[in-house]
Amino acid sequence: MSNQPATTSSTAVIGPKKFDWGHFVRQYMIIGVLALFVAALAIMTNGNSIEPVNLVNVIRQVSAIGIIGVGMTFVIITLGIDLSVGSILGLSAVVAASLAQIPGGSLVKFQGIDVPVIIAVLAGLAVGAFAGFINGVLIAKFRLAPFIATLGMMSIARGLAYIYTGDGRPFSGLKDDYNYLGQGYLFNDPKQPLSGIPLPVVLFIVVAIIATFLLSYTKFGRYTYAIGGNEVAARVSGIRIPRVTILIYTLSGLLAGLAGVLWSARIGSGNSTLGQGIELDAITAVIVGGTSFKGGIGKIWGTVVGALLIGVINNGLDLLNVSPFLQIVVKGCIIIVAIIIDERKNTKKA
Amino acid sequence: MGEYIVEMQGITKRFPGVLALNNVKLNLRPGLVHSLMGENGAGKSTLMKILAGVYTLDEGQILLNDKPVSIESPRDGLANGISMIHQELVFVPELTAAENIYLGRELRDRFGLVSRKSMIDETQKVFDKWNINIDPATQMKELSVAQAQMVEIAKAIAFESKIIIMDEPTSAITEREVERLHAMIRALREAGTAIIYITHKMDEVFAISDEITVFRDGTWVATEKASAMDRDRLISLMVGRELNQLFPKVEAEIGEVVLEVEGLNRGRQVKNVSFSVRRGEILGFAGLMGSGRSEVLETVFGIHPATSGTIKVNGKVVRIREPHQAIEAGLALLTEDRKKTGIMGVLSVRDNMSIAAIDRFSFLGILRRPMIEKECEAQRQALALKTPSLDQLTQNLSGGNQQKVLLSRWLLTDPDILIIDEPTRGIDVGAKSEIHRLMGELAKQGKAIIMVSSEMPEILGMSDRVVVMCEGQLVGEVSRKDATQEKIMELATRFSDEAVA
Repeated sequence: MSNQPATTSSTAVIGPKKFDWGHFVRQYMIIGVLALFVAALAIMTNGNSIEPVNLVNVIRQVSAIGIIGVGMTFVIITLGIDLSVGSILGLSAVVAASLAQIPGGSLVKFQGIDVPVIIAVLAGLAVGAFAGFINGVLIAKFRLAPFIATLGMMSIARGLAYIYTGDGRPFSGLKDDYNYLGQGYLFNDPKQPLSGIPLPVVLFIVVAIIATFLLSYTKFGRYTYAIGGNEVAARVSGIRIPRVTILIYTLSGLLAGLAGVLWSARIGSGNSTLGQGIELDAITAVIVGGTSFKGGIGKIWGTVVGALLIGVINNGLDLLNVSPFLQIVVKGCIIIVAIIIDERKNTKKA
Repeated sequence: MGEYIVEMQGITKRFPGVLALNNVKLNLRPGLVHSLMGENGAGKSTLMKILAGVYTLDEGQILLNDKPVSIESPRDGLANGISMIHQELVFVPELTAAENIYLGRELRDRFGLVSRKSMIDETQKVFDKWNINIDPATQMKELSVAQAQMVEIAKAIAFESKIIIMDEPTSAITEREVERLHAMIRALREAGTAIIYITHKMDEVFAISDEITVFRDGTWVATEKASAMDRDRLISLMVGRELNQLFPKVEAEIGEVVLEVEGLNRGRQVKNVSFSVRRGEILGFAGLMGSGRSEVLETVFGIHPATSGTIKVNGKVVRIREPHQAIEAGLALLTEDRKKTGIMGVLSVRDNMSIAAIDRFSFLGILRRPMIEKECEAQRQALALKTPSLDQLTQNLSGGNQQKVLLSRWLLTDPDILIIDEPTRGIDVGAKSEIHRLMGELAKQGKAIIMVSSEMPEILGMSDRVVVMCEGQLVGEVSRKDATQEKIMELATRFSDEAVA
């Protein structure tokens, strides 16, 4: 029943505005869940899990999921899905890494060509954005279902990454300036080598802040929600659906490209298999973070918390020596529980 | 057996934060048509959903033939002989009429397999007996709304229901089809079935009812014989106050032509349509359902691009292939189907209001929030919108208030030409007359208004001029003083007799 009881009654919404505790709890429950997990793991690991070094590590591990999740949030708010982000990550990683190799080695892709690191980074981002743009055109102009269009791109981008690396060997021997993006720290105290905030974490925070601004304070953000709320009504209200759709998938591709650059820089090599399966983690982060699979509802901070939750759980299970295979099972359970909660939220809202 | 087939006593129903029904009673006699009246949110539908088992009651009891019963699910309702025909018909479009009638209790052959043939045969028997002219083997998706409704009624009959509830059965069918429906209802009444009829349309209530019960804000107000009631009394019982005028048409000064459409074509639905509208004028678009009224205006607005024709706004030719171009040209279109093409339910009232005027509400792509707040708040007050805050999700508002939100959406774009398709469909009397008052005011401010309506009193009461459509063509025009129901109907049905040949 889409028509909820109280919606038929105009008396439902009249009267003084009271603070709605139920609503508050449903809205921010995810933060409580995160706190609960952090506390439980802290107890089980005798406090090891909340050592600052470990916490920073957890956030760095989820920064790729988080950055991709931010783009995915826009996509899912408009009732879309982007399955190609993992493959785009891999393609961007190999392209950027190939241009960031120290010249002269025997495994260098482009012998005799030496471009500045910034060009390598921009090339990685451009590849991601372009792949996303193609997704957007397929969905907006050729009216393909997002699932189908991005499933195709998932295969195409991964295939291109394999072809680009030739024999499948990763591009290693990258310049220090490039690796710094993945391995460096902001506010680093020179006397303590691992102090400060890792750069991927910094970029994750910056991306999240910009995206929050886009979603809540710009026309583009209103368009995103409106399309998810009711695409036909949005079009009648003057929104150019194709343009906005293309922008959203381009953004998702761009962020996947950024994650690809950061990840290859972190490990110091560009590998064509990077990012396999990360789309599922990103989607999990988005849904766990309260973005509705029914469109029109979602917040960036929710996705950030969702990504952290995945990181904390993975890390906790690692510290407790739980088998990585079981970790995959746990992740599956989390996404199902999140969707059940989403369903119940939707039926209770009215 | 007592006098009543159904007695509902002391029915109370709570939804989170709302008392939807407060100690309500309803008594039904067999072989009578009992209408339930009340504004949206008065509790009519809730009470009926309790009777049909869609909702369960919190307090009170239901007696069927003097025996208390507990109705926990629609299945219990059907088992007790109660069928409900919902406003939005529920059926499986891919299945045939017969399969829909026997959905969930399919007839089987001697091998225990579903027998299409016996279902079709049985359905044909029911259709023959009740003069329903539909092939039982037709897929539901091929049927018109009125035909699908007949199938639903046949389903109730096939279930041998003694009580049939019809929730706004005429909100989407033409006047001629209403006649057929009413004939069907009379026949059912003859057969001793108790019919509960929910509608917002006054004329119908008096045409079909034996008894009328009025609800207001979840309470029972009155039950009276229809013959003992008149329109004014009924309205005052419903709204709890006197409504002096149903159509407060204010005189507006009629100015120069703002919109001129010439030779508009699109497929079979819009054939060579030309019309114009002036400042301060309300132009009514009349015609039967499917005559192409909405299609013409949707084509003008760019929802479906025209194959040929010109559109001039303020004397200048404009190219409209997409709605955003129409909006830039100064047009606004409040569509017919609020839920499907109007509201964004999970978005706030504020977001719904501001979306069409968002260009004005932003600078370099960044929202000017104080401006949005100020103008939406002003709209909320001007339209007496009932919502606790602009943050409220639009899906939580009543139909009338959602319509006001949509009207605000377009007023915020400050259009020259406001097209309103079925301005008051499915909204209650109070909100209805408010929307009419607003339309009059807007015309007075110099806006041109084009109104599509299937409700004859609305067309006659609000329009300065009426154009009539039939089968995609504009077949005639009548001025306010010459407009009568007969004249419009005559034009609207012009081709239907020859169409066969």
